[in-house]
Amino acid sequence: MRHDKLPSETRSHHILRSNGRLALWTGAWLLTTALMTFGARLFWAGNGILTLLAIALNLLAGASMILATIRHLQVQDELERKLFLDSAAITLGVGLVGGIAWEFYGNQPGSPFAPQISHLVLLMGVTFLVSLVTASRRLR
Amino acid sequence: MKNHLKSLRAERGWTQAHLAEKLGVSRQTVVAIEKGKYDPSLPLAFSIARVFGLAIEQVFIDESRQ
Repeated sequence: MRHDKLPSETRSHHILRSNGRLALWTGAWLLTTALMTFGARLFWAGNGILTLLAIALNLLAGASMILATIRHLQVQDELERKLFLDSAAITLGVGLVGGIAWEFYGNQPGSPFAPQISHLVLLMGVTFLVSLVTASRRLR
Repeated sequence: MKNHLKSLRAERGWTQAHLAEKLGVSRQTVVAIEKGKYDPSLPLAFSIARVFGLAIEQVFIDESRQ
């Protein structure tokens, strides 16, 4: 909101910088997630301290990614922010409803699927993208 | 909510990008407001009126009063 009245040059500069930060921290979070997942499995199996360190790094990068997302929202104009928040709301709803139903189905005896957190991440990612693209197209 | 954005912009020979630049918003936002697909917030509506040098009611049409 506070950047709505920024001159365009400043606005595009802020957006570029915010995009860069968001990409950087998202990349860092992905890398630390990979480190946490595969490190404990392939490189230091059984070493609890290294595992805890990898988890702490992952949490730190995750928190920075969340902060970068909040700052990214602040440099967007009101319509861009609305589109982002609407998509986030849809994603939260679909993730909650779909996630619980999928977990319940997977836990049924004889179910051919084993629910995993990665399924939820995938569902939320696809939902967010589809919602954002659909809402943006409607405004054209 | 309807508005006269398109005609006011055309009168001044401004492009959508130019108006967006003056307002500090994206071109997509100007397009959506012009087409009546998005109603701007009160602060943005006032900024739009100010950019055109008009009163807010000369830019936006209150359909409920028609």
